[in-house]
Amino acid sequence: MNESELRERTRKLLAEVDPDAEGDRRVEFRGAQFDCGLAWVHFPEGLGGLGLEPKLQTIIHDELQKGAKTYYEDMLVNPIGIGMGAPVVLAYGQEAGKRELLRRIFTGEDIWCQLFSEPSAGSDVAGLATRAVRDGDVWVVNGQKSWTTLAHVSKWGLLVARTDPDVPKHDGLSYFMLDMHAPGVEVRPLYQITGEAEFNEVFLNDVRIPREHMLGKEGQGWRVTIATLMSERVALGGGASRKGGGPIATLLDLLETVEVQRSVSEDALLRDRVAKLYIESELLRLTGIRAKASQNSNVPGPEGSVGKLAQAEIAKAIWQCCSDVLGPDVLVYEHGYELRQGRTSTSDNRLSAKYNLLRSRAYSIEGGTSEIMRNILGERVLGLPGEPRVDKDIPWKEVPRS
Amino acid sequence: MLFEFSDEHGELRRTVRNFLEKDSDENRVRELMVSEQGYDPASWSRMAEELGIVGLIVSERHGGAGFGMVELAIVAEEMGRVLLCAPYLASAVLAASALELAADEAAQDEILPKLASGEAIGTLAFSEVASPWDLSAIAMSAESNGGAFRLSGEKTYVLDGHIASEIIVAARVGGELALLRVAGDASGFSREALPPLDPTRKLATLRFERTPATRISSGDATRGLERALERAIVALAAEQLGGAQRVLEMATDYAKTRFQFGRPIGSFQVIKHQCADMLVEVEFARSAVYNAAFASEEDPESASIAARMAKSYCSEAYLDAANRNIQIHGGMGFTWEHSAHLFFKRAKASELLFGSPSFHRERMAASLGFGATQSNPR
Repeated sequence: MNESELRERTRKLLAEVDPDAEGDRRVEFRGAQFDCGLAWVHFPEGLGGLGLEPKLQTIIHDELQKGAKTYYEDMLVNPIGIGMGAPVVLAYGQEAGKRELLRRIFTGEDIWCQLFSEPSAGSDVAGLATRAVRDGDVWVVNGQKSWTTLAHVSKWGLLVARTDPDVPKHDGLSYFMLDMHAPGVEVRPLYQITGEAEFNEVFLNDVRIPREHMLGKEGQGWRVTIATLMSERVALGGGASRKGGGPIATLLDLLETVEVQRSVSEDALLRDRVAKLYIESELLRLTGIRAKASQNSNVPGPEGSVGKLAQAEIAKAIWQCCSDVLGPDVLVYEHGYELRQGRTSTSDNRLSAKYNLLRSRAYSIEGGTSEIMRNILGERVLGLPGEPRVDKDIPWKEVPRS
Repeated sequence: MLFEFSDEHGELRRTVRNFLEKDSDENRVRELMVSEQGYDPASWSRMAEELGIVGLIVSERHGGAGFGMVELAIVAEEMGRVLLCAPYLASAVLAASALELAADEAAQDEILPKLASGEAIGTLAFSEVASPWDLSAIAMSAESNGGAFRLSGEKTYVLDGHIASEIIVAARVGGELALLRVAGDASGFSREALPPLDPTRKLATLRFERTPATRISSGDATRGLERALERAIVALAAEQLGGAQRVLEMATDYAKTRFQFGRPIGSFQVIKHQCADMLVEVEFARSAVYNAAFASEEDPESASIAARMAKSYCSEAYLDAANRNIQIHGGMGFTWEHSAHLFFKRAKASELLFGSPSFHRERMAASLGFGATQSNPR
C-alpha cells in the first residue's frame, strides 16, 4: 500500500466514524481505527496493522490531525499499554485472544502498567526478589513492586519475577502479564516529595497467574525486559523540541516579572547563571536535532546517548535557579502537602517553579539514574571497561543484598 | 539545512586531517612552539597552494576559495585537534574577514590576494590593554593631516604580530572606527613578541610613534569589524571543539590501558564518570559550533547570539576537558614530556582570547532581554 492509499484509507475512517460527534467517541473511533489496520501500521493485518514500514504511521497521524478537531494521543490514552504492552503481546502473547487484547490496549479499554522496580531493586533491577513458584498450571507470586504508574487504574500489569533463585540473577527471571484484578493484588498510592502520588506500590500475596500468561519462555524474562526499558529511556530523553521552550521559558518569564527585573539588572552573578542555563538548554535542543539527523543517516553517533543525562541535570539546575530568583517567597508553599493522587499542573510560573523545585529531584533518578547513564556513556559509547561484577556468576540467592 | 554536511564537507575534513596528521604531529608542534617565527613557512605554502585552505573564506574574485563558515569550522576544528602552529586565525580568518567586511575595495583588491595565496601574513591589531575585546573601547586615534594619517600608542595581544607583513590597525578617525594599514618598516613602528602562556600561538605588542598609516576604510567600520570578530570567535570555538575532542580521546585511551589496583583505571566509576561528563560537553560543544557556523550562513539575525554561545560554551568545555585530562593522566599529565600541558595551555589561552565566557554571556543576556544596567566584565 502506498502513501496516498494510506491517506485515503485514513480519510475513509474519519468519514465513517466522526471523532468530533457528541459524547465520548474514543473507544468507538479507536476500535474502528484498529479494525482497518491503522492503529500501528507495522503490525500484521488483523492485529491493528497492515504489515507496512513503521515510519508510515506519521502519515496516519497527520491525516487524523488534519481531518478532525478531536485527536487521541497514544501517550495519553494508554502510555504503557501502547509503548510496551502491545509490542510484547505481539511478540510473545498467545495466539488465542491476541487480537482482542491488542484491540483493548489501543482503545484504552484496558490500561496497562509495568511491574519491574522493587524497593530492593532499583538501578539493579535484574536483582529483583519477587518470587514466582510453579504450582501445576499456575504460577504463585509473592513480593512487592514500586514506582508503578497507573497501577490503580490498570487491568493488566507487565510483571517480571524470579522463577529460579539458584542461577545467576539474569538467568532466573520470567516475564508475565498479570491480571491486576486477581485476588492477592493490592495497589497502594506511593506518596512522594510533593505529597502527591503519581505512582503506586503493588503488593503481591499468593497471586495466581495462569501458565499461558507467561510472555516468552521461563528464564527469558531479562531479554524481554531489556527491550521495554529501552523505550522508556528514549521517551524520557527527548528534550525540548522548540526554541526557548521547556523549563528555561519559565525562568526567562520569571525574570520579566516586575519584582525581579530590578535585581537581575543589578546582579551580574544571576545574569551569568541564567545565560549559562539558556545556552545549555539551547544546546540540549540542538543536540537532539543532531541526534535525529544522525539516526536517519543510519550511523547513530554519541549525540543520541547524552540527552537523558544532560536533560536531567540541566532541568534540575534551572528549577533551582528559578527558586533562587523568587528568593524568600519560596518559604511559602501554596500547593500544600496534603497527601493526594495525581500530579499538579499550573500555568502560574511562581507556583510552577516551587513545585518543580521538588518534582525535578526525580529527573536524575527516574528512568535510569544519572550515575547509571554515565556508566552507559562510559562503557557503551567510549568503550571503557566495566566495574568488576561480584554478582554475575553466582546463584542469585547467594548475592548479598540490603 | 541545519547540521546537514555534504560529502564534499567530509572530503574536506579528511584531506585536512591527513595533511595535519603528518605536517603537525607532536614533534613538529614542539619544534615550532619554541621557534622564533612560530610557524613553518614551507608548510604554510602547502596549505595555501595544495590544500587551498589559507584563502578558504576569501572571495573568489580576490583569489580565494569563496567558502563560508561551515567549511571554516571544519578546517579550524581539525587544526585545533593537532594544536597547529600557524598564523591561520590571525591572517586567514581575522585579517581576511576585517578586509572583506570593513575595508575599501581598492585595499581588498590589493591585500586579499596576497593573504589568500599565503604570500603575505596579515593581522588585525585592535586590542588595547584597558579593555581588549570591546570595539567600543578602542581609544587610539589617528592624527590626520590632509589625507595623511599618523598613529601613536600601543596595541597588544596582537595575533602573530611579530611576523605579520600586512598590519591592519583599528583606530579612531574623528569619532569613527577606521581601518588603517601600516607598513612593516614604517617609521616609529616597533614590535615586541610576548612570551605567551600558550606557546603554540604567538602574540605581540605593537607600538606606534607618529607612525604613518593609510586609511583603508570609509565611514564607520564598527559593524564590519563586529562581523569579522564574530567569524573569528566561531573559528576559535571550532578549534576548541577539536581540542576538546582530542583530549577526551587521550583521557579515554589512557584510562583503558593504565592499570592500578589490578585493573584499568577506566573501570573505576570515578574516572569513567568524568569521561562521560567530558563526552556530554564535547557533544554540546559540537552542537554549538555547527549551529553557529550554519547560523552565520542561514540566519544572520541569530548569528551573533549563536557565535557568543559557541565561544562561551566551547571555552569552558575545552578547559574543563583539558584539566580533567591532566588529572586522569596523574603524575604523567603534569610532565613537560607529555602533551597534556600543551592542550591545557591552548585551552586556557583560547578561553581568554576575544573575550571570556562571562564577557560573551553578559552580551548575550542583553540581547535576550535580561541585560545589565551597567556592567563591563572582561
